Amino acid sequence: MRVMAQMGMVMNLDKCIGCHTCSVTCKQAWTNRAGTEYVWFNNVETRPGQGYPRRYEDQEKWRGGWTLNKRGRLKLKGGGRLRKMLGLFASPVQPELKDYYEPWTYDYKNLVDAPLGDDFPVARPKSLITGEDTKVTWSANWDDNLAGTSEMGHLDPLVEKVRRESADKIKFEFEQTFMFYLPRICEHCLNPSCMASCPSGAIYKRVEDGIVLVDQDKCRGWRQCVTGCPYKKIYFNHKTGKAEKCTFCYPRVEVGLPTVCSETCVGRLRYLGLFLYDADKVTEAASVPEDRDLYQAQLDVLLDPNDPAVVAAAREQEIPDDWIDAAQRSPVYALAKVYRIALPLHPEYRTMPMVWYVPPLSPIVDLLRDQGHDAEDHGNLFGAIDELRIPVEYLAELFTAGDTDMVTGVLKKLAAMRSYMRGISLGNDPDDSIPEAVGMEGETMYEMYRLMAIAKYEERYVIPKAHVEQAHDLEEMGCSLDYDGGPGMQDSPFGEASGVPTPVAVETFHALQQRQTSDAPGGRETLRGRVNLLNWDGNGVPEGMFPDRQDGEEPR
Amino acid sequence: MDVLLWGIAPYVAMAVLIGGLIWRYRYDQFGWTTRSSQLYESRLLRIGSPLFHFGILAVVAGHFFGLVIPMSWTEAVGMSQDFYHFNALFVGGVAGIGTLGGMAILIYRRRKIGPVFMATTRNDKMMYVVLAAAIVFGLWTTLASVFLGGHGHNYRETVAPWFRSLFILQPDIASMAAAPFSFHLHTLVGMLLFVIWPFTRLVHAFTAPLHYLFRPYIVYRSRDRRGSSSSPTRRGWAPVGTRDRDNRTR
Repeated sequence: MRVMAQMGMVMNLDKCIGCHTCSVTCKQAWTNRAGTEYVWFNNVETRPGQGYPRRYEDQEKWRGGWTLNKRGRLKLKGGGRLRKMLGLFASPVQPELKDYYEPWTYDYKNLVDAPLGDDFPVARPKSLITGEDTKVTWSANWDDNLAGTSEMGHLDPLVEKVRRESADKIKFEFEQTFMFYLPRICEHCLNPSCMASCPSGAIYKRVEDGIVLVDQDKCRGWRQCVTGCPYKKIYFNHKTGKAEKCTFCYPRVEVGLPTVCSETCVGRLRYLGLFLYDADKVTEAASVPEDRDLYQAQLDVLLDPNDPAVVAAAREQEIPDDWIDAAQRSPVYALAKVYRIALPLHPEYRTMPMVWYVPPLSPIVDLLRDQGHDAEDHGNLFGAIDELRIPVEYLAELFTAGDTDMVTGVLKKLAAMRSYMRGISLGNDPDDSIPEAVGMEGETMYEMYRLMAIAKYEERYVIPKAHVEQAHDLEEMGCSLDYDGGPGMQDSPFGEASGVPTPVAVETFHALQQRQTSDAPGGRETLRGRVNLLNWDGNGVPEGMFPDRQDGEEPR
Repeated sequence: MDVLLWGIAPYVAMAVLIGGLIWRYRYDQFGWTTRSSQLYESRLLRIGSPLFHFGILAVVAGHFFGLVIPMSWTEAVGMSQDFYHFNALFVGGVAGIGTLGGMAILIYRRRKIGPVFMATTRNDKMMYVVLAAAIVFGLWTTLASVFLGGHGHNYRETVAPWFRSLFILQPDIASMAAAPFSFHLHTLVGMLLFVIWPFTRLVHAFTAPLHYLFRPYIVYRSRDRRGSSSSPTRRGWAPVGTRDRDNRTR
């Protein structure tokens, strides 16, 4: 047993309102740069829908992930090493910009600069790629809220599959349809196929926390990873010629802060925490012959952090005690393996994804309510889950390789929790027959309710800090103590933004702790009174920054 | 003059090539990339790029065969001059024409496809000129020997001995000087190509990922201790905008 720690995420889809705040804040933090205009490390898709990039789940076309060869061993779906090497000169299946979308901006300047005339000036859309006028025809969430689904719904690869295999049809008539939102980031897989596809070996998994990163210095732009990733969560920066991907906000996670997408999530639907897993078992688990056994195999790789044998083995691997403690309190472990309500996204890709989803009960609740039934009653809900095959089959294609029983089980647990807690809220005695119907105890169900519904900040995010004794190993620290407030700090005469950049991790931590919580002007102590345009953070009116206002003069 | 061209220039070119590669490897790993433009356009690329790259690999193999392996060796295994020459011309000609054709497609694509042209730097254009010149002159030496002078010039008695002599630091200037002008031209442009190599996108050729065939699929690495992303040169963080267009029209 080789115990390793993995940062994981769980998203509770019932709470997602599709506001795209996570996408926007992520983009502002990571991909607001030239070359990454079309890139969304975090995106939110409406399902059923084509997703971003379009139809990325159609692996017969995009060749992402793993498959089994004739001897039952894992091989890349895009082809083996030799095949990849021969495809270097023109990657055989790589999404083009039109599969994502052509990013654009608007010519706002025209609104101000246009000469006086009879017509209102307009801000025309300009392509961010060519700079020419463009016609906006697609985006990262063009089919948001089922927009255009009556025309294009059949293009969703999962819809195609369910239609093929099921007697019933997924309908896009207004009365009969269902929808939910699916926020997606990099899955930080245990068995990443992007990494296996990289000819340069530039993509790596961090030993300490399992975060998958691209070494920007080692990447040579062979772009095989884009093909290799079945979730299409590796992007090619067309300005730098390097692959880029979601970083799990490692500079924040290293200092114990949640990722930007989690922190800013309006619905508070994201959970962050540690998994302990057996690294020696990963390949074996990813190679089980039946697609539908992959979910169980993935659960089996995760180790029980409360098992003394596991703790001893973890200590042997030099996993620090506070990390083991964090793993024991991990909300993601609880949701995935204790309550078994979080499911991996497309386990059939065999990459062992580590971002898990609690499937949404809301399509079923909504349908029940619309039909005039009591949508909180567990009898009604259980019946509906069994009856409403279409949403269940669709969810099963997404989360369990088509195994509807597994999804039904999870949805029933959620329904039971709903019904059980309503009884308690109404002042009735807890009806323990409800949790028993889904194989749980009342107390466990109550704990699950606390984690799912109350969802306190400190219970949602259990993130152990990277270690002080490993501080010199931190991605951003180097051996430097020359950061803000550090003992080796040198004062720069040119303001906060000059000189060697402050390490990202330290900067973020301090920025959040001090700058954003205070009303006073930011900057360091020594710079007080020397605020200039570069280091002014918008708070207050520093001396000398604006001309003195004459009495009686209107503010300009 | 001969001493300068065939005795000194090759060593200067070699020094710049090796020194430049070391410099770039140490200080500009981030810029060391193919800068693929497949994201913008892939239909033409899928024809032109493999044609060019496989062609150029064959050309490199041909150069190795012609320059490094002495004539006496091929004769020792019973390969007649005529047979060798036919092979060299035929295989070399096919590879050369393939390379040139691929390159023509790629250059056409670069000029005609808007986004690809915009992603082309001045450095790239200069590189294309030198690279195209080297290929055209090289092909000319081959074709000239077919169509002009019967068997043509036997470079294995002039250029090849000179090339080998460079590596034992006793350049055989006289035999190179005896080669015809077309070979001189091709060699000079070739040297120029080696000089600019480390400073253009051509560097990607030196990191051809052969180790991929042998490395394990999954790569674990401890947290990086170099703190590379904090280094002062933070390229790749340029602001979004349509600067390409702004630069072009002004």
